[in-house]
Amino acid sequence: MLDKKYLLTTEQMANFVADGYLRFDNLIPDELNKAAHAEMEAGVSVRGGGGTVLNDVWADDSAVGKVFGMPEVQGIVQSLVGEDPLYDHHAVHIVRPQNEVGQIWHADAIIDLRMHFDIQFFYFSHDTPREMGGTMILPGSHYRRVCETDIARYQNFLGQLPVVCEAGTLFVVHHGMWHCAQPNLTDETRYMFKLRLNPTVRQCKLWNTDDIDSAPIHGILGRNHRWYGNDVRLEIVNRIKQWRFLIGDDSFDVGYWLSRLENMPENIEAAA
Amino acid sequence: MSEVRQKLLVLHLHTPDLNSSVVAWAMYDGTGEKRHTTGDSETPPYNSVLEAMRDGWRVIQFPQQFPAYPGMEYHTSYLRFEYILEKLEEI
Repeated sequence: MLDKKYLLTTEQMANFVADGYLRFDNLIPDELNKAAHAEMEAGVSVRGGGGTVLNDVWADDSAVGKVFGMPEVQGIVQSLVGEDPLYDHHAVHIVRPQNEVGQIWHADAIIDLRMHFDIQFFYFSHDTPREMGGTMILPGSHYRRVCETDIARYQNFLGQLPVVCEAGTLFVVHHGMWHCAQPNLTDETRYMFKLRLNPTVRQCKLWNTDDIDSAPIHGILGRNHRWYGNDVRLEIVNRIKQWRFLIGDDSFDVGYWLSRLENMPENIEAAA
Repeated sequence: MSEVRQKLLVLHLHTPDLNSSVVAWAMYDGTGEKRHTTGDSETPPYNSVLEAMRDGWRVIQFPQQFPAYPGMEYHTSYLRFEYILEKLEEI
């Protein structure tokens, strides 16, 4: 059983709901980064396809498998999608040297109506300065209902976040996150390992809830992202619904946003 | 005889008001002088559509506004207040 010190906190979970991602800088040790990088260059092989239990897909000597077997990473996995998630797919994303054109903005799936969510890891095994990219994400875009590259006409948003990081950095994102690979203006090939996982249990309080009464949940879930414009209140409604799902409490609210809309009294007041 | 080519500027605004602030932007250059791409700037080229108009950009498309479809009142997807502007430049 995993020590709960490795699980996410309530505050981190609220940030995931508000922003659609969490970042963990320098989480993976350098020796493992080098081995994983070499494995990516040679080709990462897995056993089984989409729907395989995650722990069954890695060969014993797989460096990438060891990364995702680290208790620090298992804690992230367990908090978001439970103890035994399914492997969905992986991809080694490569951007060749002196590639001056960014990938188009996209989400990784067709319109997904579920409150249940998949997660995607973005693992950077080597230093990734801005001139090398890396992946650009758009914080707060994960509840937008779009079909993959429908958003390809967009180029720049206020608050867009290029992943600039040191080796061993891990991002975990909600499956709906808008993202795109950025140009690589260096002479080195850029690698990023992506892994998508599906939950197999109801995603309800899977994290370390010791701080659930003290975490600044309302402030976090009410956060604005500057590119929202006039849609910010609609996004807060999306987050309230997701948080209700995650804590199993349909009365949760931020301020009075949903309570107001759900107030539809049916009792008849007797006339005097 | 000179020829002209079209440059397009797409501005997404905070509200439908042409004075309101830009939250997202894209440029497409038909002159072939520059290839714009994702993530190529951190600040918008103009603060509003009106500011772009004052710099010679012509608005060629307004976003239409529709009431939400029943059941989709709280859903979000594309950026709603998208203005398309053009400039014609000699090449």
